[in-house]
Amino acid sequence: MNILWLIMICVSIVFAIFTGNLEAFTKSIFDGAKAAVEISLYLLGIVSVWMGITRILEDSGLIYRIAHLFKPIISRLFKNIPGDHPSITAITLNVLANLFGLGNAATPLGIKAMQELDGLNEDKGTITPEMMTFIVINTASIQLIPFSVIGILASYGHRNPAAIVFPILVATAISTMTALLVLAAFRRIFR
Amino acid sequence: MIENIEYLSLLIIPLFILFTVLYGTLKKVRVYDSFVTGAKEGPAIILNIFPYLLTIFVAIKGFQASGAFDYVRNAFYSVFAFLDIPIEALSMAVMKPLSGSASTALFTDIVTTTGTNSMATHMSAIIMGSAETTFYVLAVYLGSVSIRKTRYLVPVCLVADFIGIAIAVFVAKWFFLGA
Repeated sequence: MNILWLIMICVSIVFAIFTGNLEAFTKSIFDGAKAAVEISLYLLGIVSVWMGITRILEDSGLIYRIAHLFKPIISRLFKNIPGDHPSITAITLNVLANLFGLGNAATPLGIKAMQELDGLNEDKGTITPEMMTFIVINTASIQLIPFSVIGILASYGHRNPAAIVFPILVATAISTMTALLVLAAFRRIFR
Repeated sequence: MIENIEYLSLLIIPLFILFTVLYGTLKKVRVYDSFVTGAKEGPAIILNIFPYLLTIFVAIKGFQASGAFDYVRNAFYSVFAFLDIPIEALSMAVMKPLSGSASTALFTDIVTTTGTNSMATHMSAIIMGSAETTFYVLAVYLGSVSIRKTRYLVPVCLVADFIGIAIAVFVAKWFFLGA
């Protein structure tokens, strides 16, 4: 991340100088800051709501029962999660929210999952293999019905917007699997 | 079919909340107090995420505004032209990992300029639906638990994104060529 960020910043500034976009570049930095504040405020709301809901799940013990239910499936991908750990529930709920395109629930539940996984982390500040698997699944975007894409196609008069559903499903299924394979390959190399 | 699934997805969250609250009450949990206690964690989490989000957003916006983004896109131009892939899909492929809102705007633009039935539209739709805003996800999830050492995660995500785009292009050609 360090190298990537350094490259992006340096390349941007060099380009801004040579293309005469210096003013736009400076303005964009403050636009970026503004966007970060706006998104953080939005996240503050929805994350707090889901933290409230998941706390009820914890206090009632439901979080362990759900974990017990989905343990057999989740443990195939996440091998080092002990017992009926709450992270299993958070991961399950995040994946389900993603599948149904519920972005407002998926991100907060994903954050919850990261926190639960960090609870198992012995070396805080360094990523664990389970966290990597979880993030890779999330960046591969598994989704049954892409409502936003269909919505845009429909609003511009596409004859059959639903025709896009199956191709997208095929594409996400293949790319999620390849993403996990890429992760597995890197894991072997950097062991 | 689509309508049914859409209705189902509208139903999930309300039903889930209802079930959680009722189950909690059944187990003698004071659900109101419990919710408040949980919600109290929210601000601390966001405070953790904020600097990560800010850092990545500044880099992304600067990258777009400086003209470097256009240069990267143009560098791929001849490759895409050679493979007979619409240039609009290229813009989409470069934009999607960086910004969700910008890629939605771009997609709307592609639909209006090339028409709803063009290869560019179908290919962009598949990229839009099958790729994720990688940098945002990384910033939020890593930020939420203050992970600094990401090991090989970032290269994995970038390689996976690249392959994902190739798959999307291939799937679009397969389904919509001659359509």
